Amino acid sequence: MNQMQNFTKGFIKENPILVLVLGACPALATTSSALNGFGMGIATTFVLVGSNLVVSLLSGLIPDKVRIPAFIVVIASFVTIVDLVMQAYVPDLYKTLGIFIPLIVVNCIVLGRAEAFASKNNVLSSLIDGLGMGLGFTMALGILGALREILGNGSILDIKFISGDGILVFILAPGAFIALGYMIALIRKIKKHKIS
Amino acid sequence: MEYIIIIISALIVNNIVLAQFLGICPFLGVSSKVNTAVGMSGAVTFVMVLATVVTYLIQTFILEPLGISFMQTITFILIIASLVQMVEIILKKISQSLYQALGIFLPLITTNCAVLGVAILVVKKDYNLLEGVVFSAANALGFGLALIILAGIREQLDLADVPEGMKGVPVSLIAAGILALAFMGFTGIV
Repeated sequence: MNQMQNFTKGFIKENPILVLVLGACPALATTSSALNGFGMGIATTFVLVGSNLVVSLLSGLIPDKVRIPAFIVVIASFVTIVDLVMQAYVPDLYKTLGIFIPLIVVNCIVLGRAEAFASKNNVLSSLIDGLGMGLGFTMALGILGALREILGNGSILDIKFISGDGILVFILAPGAFIALGYMIALIRKIKKHKIS
Repeated sequence: MEYIIIIISALIVNNIVLAQFLGICPFLGVSSKVNTAVGMSGAVTFVMVLATVVTYLIQTFILEPLGISFMQTITFILIIASLVQMVEIILKKISQSLYQALGIFLPLITTNCAVLGVAILVVKKDYNLLEGVVFSAANALGFGLALIILAGIREQLDLADVPEGMKGVPVSLIAAGILALAFMGFTGIV
């Protein structure tokens, strides 16, 4: 696999949320608007790239038996960095995302990439893999957020384009489940179309 | 009285899965059969209450006096990971039947964000130890409630004629959405 394919596989083919359905918690919880979804995506991308980098650098040094706890410590360190940086520079977004910032540490996609990719590949491929997967995740969150914001609030990136309210349920909890359900079904349809 | 409010609020009004989106992975992963859903809820309840007690004690007696609360994320996740491992070993030794019932779900719990989420929420909400225990037990039951209801729906869905692309995860998500809509009816009772 060349580096270009390695980079783009996270966008659609192996999109963490829409195809692998990993990390659905933040995808549902933080996408009440496009901006929130996007912010969460960027935070997760940073953790993914950082942990992939460190894990691939350390992969020869960590004994096989304790590799999962070791990976978790690496991931948790990057999450702590993100947590403190966001608290200092984007306090509003930090407040909205709340508990889901520390919870990046249990996002299956981060540990999944460390275990399945970064521990077996060289530094450059791991970096590119982390970046690609992170951007795929960000894209899915941004689109889901935009969709919910348009339907639920009649606005995009906080710019209103209808007067009055939207379909309120889409920015509340049930709308998240329903919107994500239809998005996954749509991606499956597109993928199937491409193959046949 | 305040304990009753905590229980009702955590169980149905702010259901951990349907309103707070914690623990979605096992919610979708192990909800295809009612039996496995019951097993998973049992294991989660056990670990969640235990984890809340231990993380609460560590937070109050170690992290805060030393002024290193920023280490919270790292400390909590390591505690939960080792706790799960320990519970697994102890269960294997003392109760073979319980281990058979819960064993396969235990490793999955480390990456269940509901456990870490509740531990952090207890600290954030400034609960005392007893309130923390009640809160975590109620949340665990809320998780079980949502999981078992969805499993019941999915068992029926197996018999329904679902369009090809919607099979599996998408239709479960939509069913969960409708379930969340029903739970929204409880808003405002506490």
